[in-house]
Amino acid sequence: MSSYEARFKVWRGDSAGGGLEDFAIEVNEGEVVLDIIHRLQATQAPDLAVRWNCKAGKCGSCSAEINGRPRLMCMTRMSVFGPEEVVTVTPLRAFPVVRDLVTDVGFNYAKAREVPAFVPPEGLGAGEYRMQQVDVDRSQEFRKCIECFLCQDTCHVVRDHEENKGAFAGPRFLMRVAELDMHPLDAAADSGIDRKRAAQDEHGLGYCNITKCCTEVCPEGIKITDNALIPLKERAVDRKYDPLVWLGSRIRRRGK
Amino acid sequence: MAEVERQQWDVVVVGAGGAGLRAAIEAREQGARTAVICKSLFGKAHTVMAEGGIAASMGNVNSGDNWQVHFRDTLRGGKFLNQWRMAELHAREAPDRVWELETWGALFDRTPDGRISQRNFGGHEYPRLAHVGDRTGLELIRTLQQKIVSLQQEDFREHGDYEARLKVFQECTVTRVLKDGDRVSGTFCYDRESGRFFVLEAPAVVLATGGIGKSFKVTSNSWEYTGDGHALALLAGAPLLNMEFVQFHPTGMVWPPSVKGILVTESVRGDGGVLRNSEGKRFMFDYVPDVFKAKYAQSEEEGDRWYDDPDHNRRPPELLPRDEVARAINAEVKAGRGSPHGGVFLDVSTRMPAEVIKRRLPSMYHQFKELADVDITAEAMEVGPTCHYVMGGIAVDSDTAAAREVTGLYAAGEVAGGMHGSNRLGGNSLSDLLVFGRRAGLHAARYAAGPGADDRPRVDEVQVDTAAAEALRPFSAEGPEDGSTPENPYTLHQELQQTMNDLVGIIRREAEMAQALEKLAELRVRARRAGVEGHRQFNPGWHLALDLRNMLLVSECVARAALERTESRGGHTREDHPAMDREWRRANLLCRLADPTGGLAATDAVRGQIDLVRVTTEPIRPDLLALFEKEELVKYLAEEELYE
Repeated sequence: MSSYEARFKVWRGDSAGGGLEDFAIEVNEGEVVLDIIHRLQATQAPDLAVRWNCKAGKCGSCSAEINGRPRLMCMTRMSVFGPEEVVTVTPLRAFPVVRDLVTDVGFNYAKAREVPAFVPPEGLGAGEYRMQQVDVDRSQEFRKCIECFLCQDTCHVVRDHEENKGAFAGPRFLMRVAELDMHPLDAAADSGIDRKRAAQDEHGLGYCNITKCCTEVCPEGIKITDNALIPLKERAVDRKYDPLVWLGSRIRRRGK
Repeated sequence: MAEVERQQWDVVVVGAGGAGLRAAIEAREQGARTAVICKSLFGKAHTVMAEGGIAASMGNVNSGDNWQVHFRDTLRGGKFLNQWRMAELHAREAPDRVWELETWGALFDRTPDGRISQRNFGGHEYPRLAHVGDRTGLELIRTLQQKIVSLQQEDFREHGDYEARLKVFQECTVTRVLKDGDRVSGTFCYDRESGRFFVLEAPAVVLATGGIGKSFKVTSNSWEYTGDGHALALLAGAPLLNMEFVQFHPTGMVWPPSVKGILVTESVRGDGGVLRNSEGKRFMFDYVPDVFKAKYAQSEEEGDRWYDDPDHNRRPPELLPRDEVARAINAEVKAGRGSPHGGVFLDVSTRMPAEVIKRRLPSMYHQFKELADVDITAEAMEVGPTCHYVMGGIAVDSDTAAAREVTGLYAAGEVAGGMHGSNRLGGNSLSDLLVFGRRAGLHAARYAAGPGADDRPRVDEVQVDTAAAEALRPFSAEGPEDGSTPENPYTLHQELQQTMNDLVGIIRREAEMAQALEKLAELRVRARRAGVEGHRQFNPGWHLALDLRNMLLVSECVARAALERTESRGGHTREDHPAMDREWRRANLLCRLADPTGGLAATDAVRGQIDLVRVTTEPIRPDLLALFEKEELVKYLAEEELYE
């Protein structure tokens, strides 16, 4: 397959409004959607706003919706579309538009700050940490996250429900809570932080009804629902209804 | 000129990759109110693309390792041109910097006894790279990012404001470092989203902006790598060191065209991958240079035995330093023994079971599958050299990371020169970021709180107005005749990349570099007429028009220094001077702006904008020299150095 001319519809505008603009543009063998957006910039629309960095699926900057599906533009091959097919590129729907394909993803940074950080274990100096690979495997899976925020964009709890954003951290940051909760050496509990309770009470875990939309769009293939959210729900429930655990946590908290 | 918003900080860190974030953490922990400013979103810096690992002689896998061995490997890799004190500090402090990351939540791959696992890499005598699969850079960035957030959480508890003492200005660009006399007084910045200008007033500025790869066509670098920090330092009056040394990573993707240059991690070779030409031959055995002969296997059998028994066998030549491997690949392709798309074959499929490949090299598997329809567990990859890293950079004091000749200016990471000499070893970059990021943050904070703290430098109104006018020029650009079309910044950028790639690339010739300087002069004239459409709100064409100034300045430094150095060493290969010359070992080339006022008027090709001077380095400290055998030193050091 050699070059052909593709038809693109790209959303252009800003917070005041905008719409789809039509383009006819050259496509060459092996190219991805981001290549085409760059060619539009270089030849037809020099001020077309788009975020990107690595162009290798590692930084999670070039998130957009391609034919309505949340995807990384750098990892979407043009060969998945027929030459006759119109390719529509729009900004992430769950976040406010800044300009063209660029959205304000500040929601995610605000949520990141609400998750208490890793708490280093007392009495264990740098260089003294010992952990088995099997015990770090699970948290490592979650740390593959490139923060493209596609899961945050697709999650139906907030996708069309702005009102839920205050109470709901979204899959990415619930997974962050799970990651820390499963970290073999996290000492949060010793400092009075109950990550499971917080997931439920402060980060809105209860809103998630495990439809797995987040898992489906994850470009890293992280099993967000199965490996992070469902286990976190199970652990949170155990904690909530286990009177002994409840009592223990009350006593420990009082001692602080 | 309209009033520009000003904010006061103690330390401003430009860049939010590994070095910038580590500097910011240190400055804030020293008590300095610290601002970080970065072109991308927080957590997206180019560091995320680092794959293989962090070199640190923890000795977890082979207890024979220690800082002295690491130091030796680093000097060998850099062909003894390294600023030796930096290499010493780096080797000594790297383990502490890695262990510290664990206390901030990093999760490295483990050894069977629960320590941080370490893997083999080119030029490192022992398994030395702490790693997380092949996504170590992501782990580094995320850990530092999360440490910053935890410091902000502390500030929130204390002051009710997350950003009271540490703030990240994301998607903002610095176009000028401002000065009060010979002291730094702050930075002039614009917000990419709104196009709004602002000034951060601060006595100390840390440049941590990374590299220059976007001046080359085939590169593993992201769009951010436009040499901003290099240019900001030059414009502020600080010299750049040894800019001729540019690392071409031997293994970038070569096909399809749109992904050409994207990195294929050295871990592929570290874990057992081999390089073959179109005849199926493991050609690296033919390319072991004399200085490395004693250290590398002579036969495939010995090389293969080394993976299981490194104490009784020598390593395979696929694990030579990057400059050697890149030149070898280049030579094979040139001799007509390349792969169909102009590279060579890198094969792991016949060396490891598929599951092992997927576990150890997950993102390589993913990258080739998704972008090239190649299953690396079943077939060989096609790879070729790609512009990856600049060894040259801002000339700094080894201990404090202070830039020479400008008080209050610091530099760390890729933007700083000296540490890696003429060629960087894989894995030494991430450790460099941490070691010198911390040092830069520490000394910037100390300086800001030091004796002069009551007499803070003042930001000069005229400099602010000049910087604003410079930044706005693309909106009123005109063509060569009144009313004709301005230059397209994208076209100029493509021509620049082609020029540097073709004329100052991996193999260099005198006539071509002279031609490059002429082309750069032409591009400078045209870049002054680079125009943009639209307005200031998130306008990539405008951003590129502004970045062109930096890329042109840095490209001229590379071309001038490369023309001057009449030898081949590390990341600088001259076809007309193919041998390493011991006399050149002590020579450093410094680039300064020709117009000391920071003006950019000179456009004449011969004169240019850059003055080049040759300086002699200080001798290597005797106890460090004593770490090497005499027979090895005679290959590198000039006669007088040996008998001093």
